[in-house]
Amino acid sequence: MDLLFNIFVSPFIEMVTMPDFLLQVLWEGFVSGTLYALIALGFVLIFKASGVFNFAQGIMVVFAALTLVGFHAAGLPAYVSLVLALAVMGFLAWGVERVVLRHLVNQPDLILFMATIGLSYFLIGFGELIFGGEPKSMITEQLGLPTGSTTIEIFDGIVILQHLDIAAAAIAAILVAGLALFFSKTRIGRALRAVADDHQAALSVGISLNQIWAIVWFAAGIVALATGIMWGARSDVSFALQIVALKALPVLILGGFTSVPGAIIGGLIIGFGEKLFEVYWGGLLGGGVEGWFAYVIALIFLLFRPQGLFGEKIIERV
Amino acid sequence: MFYREAGQYKTSYKADQAIFPIFQDRMAIVFYLLVAFVAIPYFGSDFFITSMMIPFLIFSLAAIGLNILVGYTGQISLGTGAFMGVGAYACYKMTSIFPDVNIIILIISSGIFSAAVGMIFGLPSLRIKGFYLVVTTLAAQFFLEWCFIRVPWLYNYNDSGAIEVPQREALGVIVTGASATPTTRYLIVLAIVVAMTWVASNIIHGRIGRSWMMIRDMDIAAELMGIRPLYAKLSAFAVSSFYCGVAGAMMVFFWLGAAEVESFDVNHSFLILFMVVIGGLGSLVGSFLGAAFIWILPVILRAIPDTIGLDINAATVEHINFMIIGGLIIFFLIVEPHGLARLWALAKQKLRVWPFPY
Repeated sequence: MDLLFNIFVSPFIEMVTMPDFLLQVLWEGFVSGTLYALIALGFVLIFKASGVFNFAQGIMVVFAALTLVGFHAAGLPAYVSLVLALAVMGFLAWGVERVVLRHLVNQPDLILFMATIGLSYFLIGFGELIFGGEPKSMITEQLGLPTGSTTIEIFDGIVILQHLDIAAAAIAAILVAGLALFFSKTRIGRALRAVADDHQAALSVGISLNQIWAIVWFAAGIVALATGIMWGARSDVSFALQIVALKALPVLILGGFTSVPGAIIGGLIIGFGEKLFEVYWGGLLGGGVEGWFAYVIALIFLLFRPQGLFGEKIIERV
Repeated sequence: MFYREAGQYKTSYKADQAIFPIFQDRMAIVFYLLVAFVAIPYFGSDFFITSMMIPFLIFSLAAIGLNILVGYTGQISLGTGAFMGVGAYACYKMTSIFPDVNIIILIISSGIFSAAVGMIFGLPSLRIKGFYLVVTTLAAQFFLEWCFIRVPWLYNYNDSGAIEVPQREALGVIVTGASATPTTRYLIVLAIVVAMTWVASNIIHGRIGRSWMMIRDMDIAAELMGIRPLYAKLSAFAVSSFYCGVAGAMMVFFWLGAAEVESFDVNHSFLILFMVVIGGLGSLVGSFLGAAFIWILPVILRAIPDTIGLDINAATVEHINFMIIGGLIIFFLIVEPHGLARLWALAKQKLRVWPFPY
């Protein structure tokens, strides 16, 4: 009885009696949700255009952030390093297409997936070799990102909003809007959607698969750089992010593998759900439930709606 | 020349269905077993046995387990590390509760627990497949890791949060704990691995194994032909987790001596998946070759700078290791997606017809 009370009643009483705390928790959830959504966005971009499940997205985030910090540490101004980091991501996209993907056309999904795991191992080794394994701090101020915080008084309490988080959310929104415009309005964007629909049909109307793949990996690289900057500004730039990036998987399950809005909403659901559960119910289980809660949501979700919230319906029964 | 099957006639169905129908193959197996059981314990140094052979054998067994799931049944799993952990913790709990039972029996039976856990997390595979299944197995991985930390009952409430292997005897010989000799541990591991490989080979060549392969090749067709996906998939999950569980228990009891949750983290799941893919999906020999490649290559790479007199610090070597392994994985996937096992089969084929290939 006591346990049932703790599960079904007391967390809600707590939420109602301390609405300011609830808002703070929701804000935290929103911020981590944006980050998950951004990582998932990188996955979705590549999955849509090439059907490759890019496991290396997480490490691309770390790699992009490290490159940026590394260039700055070498004495270059912040904006120049930003451009150079973008160039490195572009080169990486080109290299991946040229060295890996081109040779693996028509292979089963598992093989392509494994190839991206191989790629992520390569990037881990390469990144650590060049930049060292220790965590680095992000060059937040040099990039002109705000660092202060605003305190809002509400419901007889206070909610603290970091300016950085607001900026992160704004940048994420701009990025998503930009990508949506790019996909729907430009010539390349239309070609990308054609490739996503059907590789062979796209080839037959004269779209170069290789070029499209390089572009899409570059777009994922840009998203990775943006994610890396925001993540790095909140904590340090380190390889630990790689494990966090795996959380993009449940986000994708919720949103559907091929849907950009799905990635955003899935990320937010996971972010909110995770923080709420950790704060209000985590204590019952001894805490630390953030590590697996997202996966369990995804697991339950899969049983009822395997194609995700916005994914294309899979018409197949086994 | 080396490898002639001319004159070897099969006069019964039994001979035709044998796993090693060619005389030279049977001799080769006997030779390998002799080397493993006699030559290595006799000539191998302690370092060679403890840090190369024992982990190699244990990882081979885990790779066989994962290969049953990924290679034979076509279900991708990233939860191997956690299933190994279930085996290890189950064995530890059992030996604390029943200290007098022979430890080898406990190690084998700890596989039953991980098989049960594997079946529970395999349930979603009945509705979903592919990358969706990756997420459910990752859920298993992270949830079980959390259990290993947050359920103190599993590690007998000790302060370090680690499981330490107690000293246990079997048939009057000390087999676990600090005072067990490397050779004893090696021989037990080897015996278990050989026996379980033999069992796996029989399962795979039998009715159950064929139903797994049918599910892998085309699940809808398999169902139409009378294979029940429920039984086929769950039995694959059960057998696979059983093997991983035994491998995990052996890893702690015969190799590491003590383990924390880090020994069963997601990186180990990846490591074993690499072994399976590089060795060859759907091949028992491949599991051994892959384990040897992934485990022994870094050991050799670490030794290279010293031998050629280069002064590189250990961290750099480690990073270069990562790069080389990552690069090799991509290389193998491009050049030979069927892994080392296919290269091995090709080499044997070449030897069979040499020197007159036409």
